[in-house]
Amino acid sequence: MASPPSRTSSAQTARSAPYNHDNPSDPPDFGTGGTVSLRWGDFLFQTSSVAAAASILVVLAALFVLLVVDSRESLVRYGIAFATSSVWDNVKEQFGALPYIYGTLVTSAVALVLAGPIAVGAALYVAEYAPAWIRTPVSFTIELLAAIPSIIYGLWGFFVLTPVMRTTVEPALQRIFGPIPVVGILFQGAPIGKDLLTGGVILAIMIVPTIMAISREVILAVPPAQREGMLALGATRWESLRHAVLPYARAGIAGAAILGLARALGETMAVTMVIGNSSRAITGSLFTPGYTMASAIANQFTEADTAIYFSAIVEVALVLLLVSIAVNIVARLLVWQIGRGDPAALGGVLV
Amino acid sequence: MEEQKKEQEVSLKHLDSNGRFAGTRRRWFGVIGGAAGAAALAACGADQTATPRTAPAPTSGAASTQAAAAIPGSGSIAGPYPGEAKQLTGAGATFPAALYSKWFTEYHRLTGVQVNYQSIGSGGGIKSISDKTVDFGATDGPMTNEQLSATKGGDIFHIPTALGAVVATYNIPEVPASTKLRLSPETLAAIFLGEITKWSDPKLKADNSGVNLPDKDIVVVHRSDGSGTTYIFTDYLSSVSPTWKEKVGFATSVNWPKGLGGKGNEGVAGEVKQNPYSIGYVELIYALQNKLGVAQIKNKDGQFVDPNLETVTEAAAGVASTIAPDLRASIVNAAGPESYPISGFTWILAYKNMAEEPKAIALSRMLWWATHDGQKFNGDLGYAPLPLEIIKRGEEKIKGILVNGKPAFPNK
Repeated sequence: MASPPSRTSSAQTARSAPYNHDNPSDPPDFGTGGTVSLRWGDFLFQTSSVAAAASILVVLAALFVLLVVDSRESLVRYGIAFATSSVWDNVKEQFGALPYIYGTLVTSAVALVLAGPIAVGAALYVAEYAPAWIRTPVSFTIELLAAIPSIIYGLWGFFVLTPVMRTTVEPALQRIFGPIPVVGILFQGAPIGKDLLTGGVILAIMIVPTIMAISREVILAVPPAQREGMLALGATRWESLRHAVLPYARAGIAGAAILGLARALGETMAVTMVIGNSSRAITGSLFTPGYTMASAIANQFTEADTAIYFSAIVEVALVLLLVSIAVNIVARLLVWQIGRGDPAALGGVLV
Repeated sequence: MEEQKKEQEVSLKHLDSNGRFAGTRRRWFGVIGGAAGAAALAACGADQTATPRTAPAPTSGAASTQAAAAIPGSGSIAGPYPGEAKQLTGAGATFPAALYSKWFTEYHRLTGVQVNYQSIGSGGGIKSISDKTVDFGATDGPMTNEQLSATKGGDIFHIPTALGAVVATYNIPEVPASTKLRLSPETLAAIFLGEITKWSDPKLKADNSGVNLPDKDIVVVHRSDGSGTTYIFTDYLSSVSPTWKEKVGFATSVNWPKGLGGKGNEGVAGEVKQNPYSIGYVELIYALQNKLGVAQIKNKDGQFVDPNLETVTEAAAGVASTIAPDLRASIVNAAGPESYPISGFTWILAYKNMAEEPKAIALSRMLWWATHDGQKFNGDLGYAPLPLEIIKRGEEKIKGILVNGKPAFPNK
């Protein structure tokens, strides 16, 4: 990178006299044949950066092709029934992944609903309210949480969270929400602690740091003029947050939520330890043991001894990839919509 | 000398009293008695400090040690063999991994042959040997006919190496640790099918008179990952319950009618520990090591039998006379008053026709050592040793490993 002219020593200035820093189209002459070598360098750099960008697409395509090839047998044999049937029986060679898809979506949704408000609230506090001496340690601690390996969350969930859920949280939820029509359906059945709700809770804990850290950066990046403008109009601190900062940061916060969601969709070990790993028929209750696609693959892959069973497991991976892509596309569209749309239309919903 | 003879007698009595090799001894005594006697005499004559390989140093697993000493054919592999490969690779079942690791360490010390074993799961073991990416495979469930016909290297031998068993472990706070729950095959199947849903069910009470069984819902726990443990357990339930066989069947993982899934033995044991009024199944070794409460199961002869190494070996001895020639035998629900019914073999898979002579020699010698000298390590590690009849059947297979049409095993 060229150093600013003010810092350049007089000797350097003298040597590079023909080079005009303000004119990028004027290439510097680094000596004999300099122009040729620059063109080569330029070419090499451009090629390698294009290759780097392309490699991501190539890897994704290769992954997709491999999954399709390895799951061909199952794709052909079960067709669309693979995603709509809820019987997963390798003895009878019937494979329907609906309970896995359902488990993945439900736990991720629960996680996002629980983690979103907490993470954004924490981000607002750290960015807007917290004094500097609190801000740094709190931010550091939360970023540390994001670095904890998921198996540790899993063990904690297994030994600490599930007993609490079974004996305290779930019976309480059942008492409070059980009698309410519609909402009550979510809390039916005997609380056993190993279920979709606990899976969602552990995911929520895991994605809070991700959402919070990015939201904080986004909020900090809101230009001070926005806040100052509101405050100058006589707004309270809350009003300036509500009407100036949050609308400005909406797209970024939604983006943070997407990253959190992506982590939740693919999380394997932590969920498998608390979700109950049972692919029974789908009920509306969050108190039923479930299964996610990622944990089904991890659990069953090693002993998938017949060709069709292996193929079906690979198809679960394919479905997981497609679901992740679909969720990401929908979420990106949402972010795009929020970024461009009328703040009043969507702002109230998401902020 | 007198003292040692007494010891020998004591050891034979011991075998009788625990019933483990009682049948074996009766059948074999005439044939091997002379040999064993000679070995004993040789041991007597030898210097006290010199430990012959046939008589391993006494260990905590006294019973299995004695059994190993009685295996004819052990001790024939005493060192390296010229022209054998120095490296073997194998992959497969996780259940025998601890035993194999011990075996291969010992075997390396003895012969200098390094055996690399990767415990990637039975399914992976079958796949690896079928694709010829390893020298031997290992599995807890035998290969199917379909799998056997699809290998890249022709015929595959199933060579039993050890015995495993699966126990039902439960958590009923009202039942004290000193009381053992008794389960009959029908009730066990009904619990896992979801037909019996309460501990106070009359069928359970009938088998457990005097036990305070509470009026609580049964929480069923099963394995979430594919496993040889599940294979043996569901194989048993299929053999005792027509409903189970029709509705669920048996495999390394099945479509469970009911319950929570735990990953691995520790996952299932953890769920059972955490959930009052639950029942699950784990590997016998795991239950022994962790001192879990285990149920007595009613066997084919109508006896409620405790799961332990002796009753498991007894189950294998019970089916030895009727075992299929290819040794792909299920020993669940075996006959015999002392047989524990939820037992099974674990096998090493090897090709009948091998192309590379050094590998063939090394593999056949390693298998011989493992099924003879190696058996003395089984007990200490919690694996039931093979009964003599089965070892004998395995010998035929090891001697049947061919390289360029000729037997590969050099007999030493």
